[in-house]
Amino acid sequence: MVQETYRVLPGPEAYLAPAAAMMGVMPPDSGSAIVEGSVVSEDEAIAVIARKLADAKNPAVCPGPLLIWQWDDGVSAKAAAVRELAEACGAKILPMIDYSARRIRTDMEISPNHPNVTILQNDIDVCLFAGVHSHYANYALRLIRARTDCYTIVLGDYSASEDAMASLRDINVDKINAITEKIKSLKRG
Amino acid sequence: MSKKIITPVKEFEEFLTPEYKELIANGPYNRDKPTTVDDLGTFYEMTGPHPHCAGCGVSLAIRLGLASLPAPEDTIVIGTPGCSYFALTQSTLNYSCTAFGNQNSVASGLKRMLKVRHPDKQKDVLVMVGDGGVADIGLDNTLHSWFRGENIATVMLDNEVYGNTGGQESGMTTEGTVLNMAPTGKKFPKIPMFELAKTSGCVYAAKVTVASPKKVGETIRKAILVAREIGPTYVQVYGPCPTNLKFPPSKTIEAAKDGEKSYYKYEEYMTDGAKEYLNRSKA
Repeated sequence: MVQETYRVLPGPEAYLAPAAAMMGVMPPDSGSAIVEGSVVSEDEAIAVIARKLADAKNPAVCPGPLLIWQWDDGVSAKAAAVRELAEACGAKILPMIDYSARRIRTDMEISPNHPNVTILQNDIDVCLFAGVHSHYANYALRLIRARTDCYTIVLGDYSASEDAMASLRDINVDKINAITEKIKSLKRG
Repeated sequence: MSKKIITPVKEFEEFLTPEYKELIANGPYNRDKPTTVDDLGTFYEMTGPHPHCAGCGVSLAIRLGLASLPAPEDTIVIGTPGCSYFALTQSTLNYSCTAFGNQNSVASGLKRMLKVRHPDKQKDVLVMVGDGGVADIGLDNTLHSWFRGENIATVMLDNEVYGNTGGQESGMTTEGTVLNMAPTGKKFPKIPMFELAKTSGCVYAAKVTVASPKKVGETIRKAILVAREIGPTYVQVYGPCPTNLKFPPSKTIEAAKDGEKSYYKYEEYMTDGAKEYLNRSKA
């Protein structure tokens, strides 16, 4: 049953939170972003993301395979920008190295198969995914929403993740730097 | 791109786990010459800690197979539910588990897609599944992929039983074997998969056991190489199951050696085209 009023909010929501798409939340078109299930402008989303990261007690940045491995020439520049963003908000870096169901070190990494364990073990209140393929990101985000109260943010290479509480699409270095600058100015007060 | 997928960007390199750092520095990737079974013990393997039973023949076959891939960074392994899943999913390999029995159909589509996406690069698609996946539930998909002449290598990890579901007989269980869920013994002989492979379009086929580790590595490597250009290939590896065939875990190799005295006597078949291709590859 589609509920038009469904909002993508921090949990814990259920044993497994429903896919936001199933609840009627649509990913934004090019030029837009999404915050808590509503389509907003990119500037609004950037402001929300920066505020959440700046105010977080224990944020984490989770770079995924698209940002960890040198599969494309543009990866290094994006990785450097995300690293700077993490430093600006004092975030712990918990990489999502791959998507396999292997046993992971929950104090050092996160996996789409049981991301909630890493979030809970490290007491993360705001986490940001970047460079994670959407289908794995969405599954991980549902698990985090289901079993933790962590606020989730996704910077999508191509599309936004409707299962995140805030998400930007077509991410590039300029957009990442805009978030970083905003965080820095919020931190300065 | 292939070597780059296992090369980290410098910005996040320090955040990788020690195991991944070891894999990058001393694993089978990023090498000038591919590893072989002879190199085991000298490099960081792709098979990680896994939950197979002690003495599992299937896990040993997987370990030998993964150590012998001609191009691990360009290989995708397709599997199916069953015991083989446990070690393969814990590996650091591109692995996809399909619905039970669908593996050769998925592999066919994947190989065709990879040919289109990477026309100038060899991408190996290796099917690695148990006897139930190949000879029972996936028999139609397997045979049809061979009839169609798909460029994929199929490896059957034959433990002669459905191991992780309590011990049901499979088509590859030997006649008369008594199992937990076959208390009066199996009523018909092993399905002649090796013979079916030869008559169904496989250009290379081999029958080996884990008691001959070098042969396991060599035949799997040959199967992958020949499948690149000549046609479908098949390797049947016997990895007996101590848990369900009721022998001590320390006797797995002995059980496999016993197999070599009868059904699992080493056999290798290849067409002239496959032979010529392998000779060319060596040169």
